[in-house]
Amino acid sequence: MMFIPGNNPAMIKDAYIYGCDSIMFDLEDSVSPTEKDAARSLVFHALTTIDYGDKELVVRVNALDTPVGIADLEAMVRAHIQVVRLPKTESPEDVVFCDQQLTRIEKTIGVKEGSTGMMAAVESAQGVLNAPSIAKASTRLIGIALGAEDYVTDIHTTRSPEGIELLFARSMILQAARAAGIAALDTVYSDVNNEEGFRKEVALIKQLGFDGKSIINPRQIQPVVEIFTPSQKEIEKALAVMAAIEEAHKKGSGVISLNGKMVDRPIVLRAERTLELARAAKVLKQEA
Amino acid sequence: MEIKRTATAGTMESSDIMVTVAANGDKGIAIQLTSSVEKQFGKQIRAVILSCAQRLGVDDASITVVDQGALDCVIKARTETALYRAAESTDYTWEA
Repeated sequence: MMFIPGNNPAMIKDAYIYGCDSIMFDLEDSVSPTEKDAARSLVFHALTTIDYGDKELVVRVNALDTPVGIADLEAMVRAHIQVVRLPKTESPEDVVFCDQQLTRIEKTIGVKEGSTGMMAAVESAQGVLNAPSIAKASTRLIGIALGAEDYVTDIHTTRSPEGIELLFARSMILQAARAAGIAALDTVYSDVNNEEGFRKEVALIKQLGFDGKSIINPRQIQPVVEIFTPSQKEIEKALAVMAAIEEAHKKGSGVISLNGKMVDRPIVLRAERTLELARAAKVLKQEA
Repeated sequence: MEIKRTATAGTMESSDIMVTVAANGDKGIAIQLTSSVEKQFGKQIRAVILSCAQRLGVDDASITVVDQGALDCVIKARTETALYRAAESTDYTWEA
């Protein structure tokens, strides 16, 4: 998910070129308080004019306890944004309030209720502790994300290359996402010149189980794609599992084995996920 | 909308457009454009700005524009923002 400052026309008009999966137009922290109206209008007109192709389009609105945040929702729902990212989500009530506002606006403009998705960004200790209930608070939620800069400030530390200070938050957000059946998205990596450090962090969060990474520079897209795309070896193994299942079905056998080992449900689920990722990355040359 | 003060939106950055709106003393809409692509797109840029002003019910304004290669959607956005600021209004009606 590539962050684009909402008041920057050059970045907004070029955002679709770079090959990210998701574009997040930011009306919050990257826009100065005196330019909120300008950014809102710019993103509205960009969304209703520019063809961003098959990219997922997200907007990070301002906090909804201010008129600025509500004004953002009024504009973005009318622009038919796919997902609204709610910043600094502390409680399930924050999610419910946003859901209610989206419903109100959708009814007002006559679009199908529920057509605007949501993503909750958790950026504080309280938010992390409430992550499980936040993740289940609305059927609009497609994901839950970690905002590390505000989070580490809240817990009285700073970010380190190893990221140990984020381990608890990452783990909580991941469990919350999985329990709720939604995506888990990791935080941004601010040092855009440190590709090695970035790759290490992406590899870590992939191993933890995250579904994706927030990025702030097009240079960060390729490392994420490389690390999240299954290798050819992993794809072949997954295809072999699916072939073994089909073989067993043909024989009417309830026991599936591959290379002398039993293939049970977790293995099948992992194989299916590998193939799903491979399809999404367009690297799947054949299907079982 | 009535223009109550001078207001600006946009920047001098590449792909942006800086729009300054002021009252025009009941002389109607006047657009002053500076653009490196005046010959190719000047008419189009003026048309977009005029259309914005008419949509918002502004019939008296002096609009000074410095274009840095902005797309139509950017011109619309910056013009609308400057007009609303100049009218001291937050009563936005969102229309593509």
